[in-house]
Amino acid sequence: MAFPTEPADGEVTGADTPPRSSSGAATPHTAGVGAGVVLIRHDGVSPRRAQMRRLATRLLDGGTGLTAVIPFLGLAAMVVVLIVEAIPAIRFNGWGFLTSSTWSVGSLYGNAVKTGGVTHLAGAHYGAWPLIAGTLESSAIAIVVALPLAVGAAVIVVEKLPRAFGGVVGLCLELLAGVPSVVIGLFGIFTFGPWLAKHIYPTLSHMPNVPVLNVFRGNFNSNGEGLLTAGLVLAAMIIPIIAATTRDLLRQVPETTKEGAQALGMTHAEAFFNVQSRWVRTGVVGAAVLGLGRALGETIAVAIIAGGAGQSYLAGNIYGAMSTIAANIVSLLDSAQTDPTGLAVKSLAEAALVLLVITLLVNIAARVIVRRSSRGAALPVGAGF
Amino acid sequence: MAGATASLAGATASLAGSARRGPPAISWRRRIVDNAWWGLCWVGLLAVVGVVVWILAGVASRAFSDWKWSVLWTQSTGTGGGLANTIAGTFVILVGVAILAGAVGIGAGVYLAETARPGPVTTFLRSASEVLSGVPSIVFGYVGYITLVIGLHWGYSLLAALIVLSLLVVPYVAKATELSLGQVPLAYREGGEALGMTKTYRLRRVVMPSAIPGIATGLIVALAISVGETAPLIYTASFTNAYPSIHLLHQPVSYLTYAAYTFFDEPSRAAQQLSADAALLLVALVLILIVLARVIVRLTQKYSPERGAGSGSFSERRAARRAQAGAD
Repeated sequence: MAFPTEPADGEVTGADTPPRSSSGAATPHTAGVGAGVVLIRHDGVSPRRAQMRRLATRLLDGGTGLTAVIPFLGLAAMVVVLIVEAIPAIRFNGWGFLTSSTWSVGSLYGNAVKTGGVTHLAGAHYGAWPLIAGTLESSAIAIVVALPLAVGAAVIVVEKLPRAFGGVVGLCLELLAGVPSVVIGLFGIFTFGPWLAKHIYPTLSHMPNVPVLNVFRGNFNSNGEGLLTAGLVLAAMIIPIIAATTRDLLRQVPETTKEGAQALGMTHAEAFFNVQSRWVRTGVVGAAVLGLGRALGETIAVAIIAGGAGQSYLAGNIYGAMSTIAANIVSLLDSAQTDPTGLAVKSLAEAALVLLVITLLVNIAARVIVRRSSRGAALPVGAGF
Repeated sequence: MAGATASLAGATASLAGSARRGPPAISWRRRIVDNAWWGLCWVGLLAVVGVVVWILAGVASRAFSDWKWSVLWTQSTGTGGGLANTIAGTFVILVGVAILAGAVGIGAGVYLAETARPGPVTTFLRSASEVLSGVPSIVFGYVGYITLVIGLHWGYSLLAALIVLSLLVVPYVAKATELSLGQVPLAYREGGEALGMTKTYRLRRVVMPSAIPGIATGLIVALAISVGETAPLIYTASFTNAYPSIHLLHQPVSYLTYAAYTFFDEPSRAAQQLSADAALLLVALVLILIVLARVIVRLTQKYSPERGAGSGSFSERRAARRAQAGAD
């Protein structure tokens, strides 16, 4: 036999780290096991080999431990670098950064000026309000559009489609999740946007002037570039996250609860909202918030179709040209390097910091929601609401 | 809530009243709500499938309107040419990410699932990894640019791009590794331990082999993400019309997403066509990776000890369900 038959030092193998099941429960070691091992020990492994084995175990522990720390180190390093980079910008811009609407590097031909210890170009002024607003607006549109469509698609896949078609839809979801954002952006600017501007927006922009619907009134770009198109494209990008999670959760709802609802004479809609939704609600909300985080941080697709990337436009109406924090960082970082004082680059760091804080809060909220839903049993019975 | 209770009461009443005359009557209001609900669900499904088909068709039609096979072996010139150097660069980046993110991600997954004692430390590391996966990719790009390209004077370089991109996808590999190791049956480990295997030996010869499919799938997902990322690469790898060199530092690398992103609004028609071609190649590459992941899952599921109701064909599942219903 090729494998060694005996642990290194008379101890039960791996007694320091007992084998675990997937749930992390430890297997108790009984005295009997130990006794058996001690018996085998007599046919002997040289102390050298035993030492080698101990070394291998230690190397494995150390090596994997080192790699496990890397994600944390990377995260910490990014946060620290962003904060350190942004400090001069924060001192120069103050709270006005969050509320002001002008983003100006200042006069590249004048001399650098010093204000409050920060060197900057004359006339420099940095305000990120239009970007923050654009980020929140486009993501809000995305989540409002994506959530019902994704849940509906998941319901059909689970309730109506035979397994084979469900697999096809699953492939579609994977593909939609996998298509590079630049490709979706190009689809938006060349195919989807012009189509919307030609067939949908003319009708939509003549909605009656009543609350809610009057949001859609206004002029639109013939190319379709702008806030609503960006939001819809973002919706397409986050639908897979929500739909796949909802589908998997719906599949776990026990058949008997649905049958019970049916036996009480509920229609499907009633059964879904009174019974099934209670089982999947927290998980779906968690997935939706995760998708929201993704939409907030999306860069390239928005940079292509927002119509105002690199500028500071506050969208005039729902079709207006706009930009987001992420899209502006990628569009402006190149030209920001022409600022000899470096404040333009540092102000982008401040913008990135704002984006990071927003997305981290959203993501942590999602994890808390999902964790709460999966605490204890696989699905909470009656605890879903 | 009150409405639901009322409708429930109504449903029960009508059920009692019509015990002999087939299904109970459903009021027109409830019927409309139900139909509207189904309508919304079908719209959702059509939207999902339709968008995917539309994207694929749109990308393909734009690329094939003036497709030349020569883009596959011609270098780009900035205003036209081909995509050979960007394809080569993309593959170099893929190999690099597979090595770097593979090593770190699998190591981290093994640590969290196998070598570490579960406790506050593993919970913390796992959370950090999850939070990292939520950081926007442009933040990775910015920090990589400031620290590696400028701070360490690496210039636009392959190594900077690889480090940034690998850090971006490590959480996915780590998660997949940890999950698939957790699914290895406890009996396998106990069997290994009963034979007196050391921990490292057991991990290498018993536990890891049965987790390989899951790990491979996770790695492929990570590669698919790497293929599609633009934001972290623009300011770390930059772009060049040359083929990727063997230098890790000071040499920019080209890749497909850059061509798709920057060439689309160039004045030159040839450059615009390159953007469309690059988009098609990107979609093809992602499709290949997704199919590859599916094939791995399909091939290995056949021999999985826990072949549950989740696998198999529709008819098999139906048969299993019937058998279960009979047993109940």
